[in-house]
Amino acid sequence: MTAAVPLRVRLRRAHSITQADARRREGIAAVAMAAPAVLLLLVFVVIPIGLAFVLAFTSARLVSPTPARFVGLRNFAMLAEDPVFLRSVLNTFVFAALVVPVQAGVALGLALLINARFRGTNFFRTVYFIPVVTSMVVVSIVWTLLYQKDGLLNRIIEAVTFGQVEGPDWLNDPSTSLAAIVFMSVWQGAGFHMIIWLAGLQTIPADLYEAASIDGVSRWTRFRYVTWPGLRATRTFVLITITIAAFSLFTQVNVMTQGGPLDSTTTLVYQAVRSGYQQQQTAYASAISLVFFVLVLIVSLAQRYLTREKD
Amino acid sequence: MNAKTRRLVTASLVAVTTTAVLAGCGGADGGSGSEGGVLKLWTHNAGNAAEYDVVEKVVNDFNASQTTYKVEIEAFPQGSYNDAVVASSSSKKLPCILDVDGPNVPNWAWGGYLAPLELSGGEVPLDDQLPSTVGKYQDKVYAFGFYDVALTMFARKSVLDENGIRIPTPEQPWTRAEFASALADLKASGKFEYPLEMGTGGSGEWWPYAYSPQLQSFGGDLVDRDDYKTAEGALNGPEALDWAKWFRSLVTDGYMAQKSGASPNDDFLNGKSAIEWDGSWSAAKNVEKLGDDLLILPPVDFGKGPKIGGASWQWAMSSNCAKPEGARAFLEFTRKTKYFTEFAKAVGTIPATDAAAAQIPGYEPGGRYEPLVRAARDFAVVRPVTPAYPFISSVFEKTAKDIVAGADPDSALGEAVKQIDANLKMNNFYAD
Repeated sequence: MTAAVPLRVRLRRAHSITQADARRREGIAAVAMAAPAVLLLLVFVVIPIGLAFVLAFTSARLVSPTPARFVGLRNFAMLAEDPVFLRSVLNTFVFAALVVPVQAGVALGLALLINARFRGTNFFRTVYFIPVVTSMVVVSIVWTLLYQKDGLLNRIIEAVTFGQVEGPDWLNDPSTSLAAIVFMSVWQGAGFHMIIWLAGLQTIPADLYEAASIDGVSRWTRFRYVTWPGLRATRTFVLITITIAAFSLFTQVNVMTQGGPLDSTTTLVYQAVRSGYQQQQTAYASAISLVFFVLVLIVSLAQRYLTREKD
Repeated sequence: MNAKTRRLVTASLVAVTTTAVLAGCGGADGGSGSEGGVLKLWTHNAGNAAEYDVVEKVVNDFNASQTTYKVEIEAFPQGSYNDAVVASSSSKKLPCILDVDGPNVPNWAWGGYLAPLELSGGEVPLDDQLPSTVGKYQDKVYAFGFYDVALTMFARKSVLDENGIRIPTPEQPWTRAEFASALADLKASGKFEYPLEMGTGGSGEWWPYAYSPQLQSFGGDLVDRDDYKTAEGALNGPEALDWAKWFRSLVTDGYMAQKSGASPNDDFLNGKSAIEWDGSWSAAKNVEKLGDDLLILPPVDFGKGPKIGGASWQWAMSSNCAKPEGARAFLEFTRKTKYFTEFAKAVGTIPATDAAAAQIPGYEPGGRYEPLVRAARDFAVVRPVTPAYPFISSVFEKTAKDIVAGADPDSALGEAVKQIDANLKMNNFYAD
């Protein structure tokens, strides 16, 4: 039987068997490698998010002798009338609206500065990156001290203005507290996005810059027509990551102000944690989380749409 | 609560913060603490060596005294203790014996975490204890503590004398007017930027613990204690409004910082403030630093008598304990005057019985710390005995902070009442 089959066919068949075999083995390896990550994502992200969606429509409590029951949209109706929640939505958007452009801009500025070749570049890179690797809790505690009424910041203001200007009580004044947290957050986060921008800058081919300099363009024109278009992909990434991080503002608020004074720094995530733990209202906190999820989703989709490839 | 709901709630802990920490907390060999006569005991004292040592001593004594049961200690840091208990209750992994912060007793009893104690033996009868050290809910005893703490005002005798201010006594505490003029005089002396240190930089349970007694002295309260069905009238009545205006005026008159420093007691000891509203836990340190110049003063009488908060950490038994008779035997064993004495000595707290107080230098009648014992006995008001307390506490903290920061007292208190009433109603007044 075997002899009747021409040699070339037999070879081809053997070849294709080993190929299929190898592909199957590759497939198994791929599944095995992805499994831990997929499992963790399932257990700690997908399932909790699914549960939050379900719990938001129940009366679940953290401590309760009675089982949770379905209550329809009650939690959402309460949200709509909760002044602190509405203020949290507003604060979250204001924070994001300030942090996204400022942090992206500062980070780009830093990246452009240290992209130049001069002595000590590595030193500056490290300096700008230090806040990023420092724990946010530590950063928040340190800045709470800096922002005190007689803290370092106000002493500097006093010294620079020869005692003419007395700095405000930054974190205890409703008119300055959110701005103070914005400033500190930008300082802490800019270093990370500087690195991302830097990576983007280094993908721009040097010959484009050479051509530009042969044309004798100004620095601004070079930035506008060579650097900026070259950063298209980086730009989208930076925009979306800063936006999502800004929306989830929590640590700074929890450590520095606990949402005060007069709700000037309360945020969605802070309220979700406060309702869920301190106040034991699991279902209500889930409803806040659900609203938060939808808001972030809408904003991210809008950003994706606006930054899409237009051709 | 059925198993399915428990699982839902456990998982929802994770959902809210998307952290994994809590999910694993109760998992590690919590057990029902009863295999082979082993009883697990949970305490919040992981970061508190002095108190932990006494817990360990009591447990060792019990284990040596009999052979039927063996108590094993597991200690948690105070900051994550409540979370650990709540998480492990959701997965039915509570230990047989656990300690609980006094104001949480009704919440945990209602939630089915705790079993009524029904103690029969023990050397010290429950009736001998300071009332605030016995955790009751719906006429049943769920927990008892070996000590209490007391709020008090610290001041320097020299400073009060210098400014011609009368030194108050428990029989004749300062009145509201006297206190106001004392603060005005101290402010006028020019030696203090803020004559009064109230610890407004703190957060969490400190706010209701420290400031709701002042509200009660004005005649208000956190909730109407007749039936715990509304805060209307108690938290937004004219007395409460009066308290709120007074509280804010301390800031606007420049008597008190809107947010005080990180270590208010050090600020007082360093002479930055003249009068400090603080707890008995600072007494020993203050006496050591200031000696005879230190005054331990009763709280101000704002109309309804001086008030302080009552109830500290207490011991209880969980409802899913497989060997309740073992847990009961242990708890009865601990009720000896010598343990009441040792706890109070080790931690510098007020012993829960007079017999123990008599054995601790300074706490005996006429002793240096006797004002604290008297305050705990005569002025202590326990925080509202309702499962809603954690919610009320959180609302009050926020409201009081807003008032100090300049919120309109009327609308701030109105909103607080609205939230508390909505919560009570939504939970069917915690009747289940």
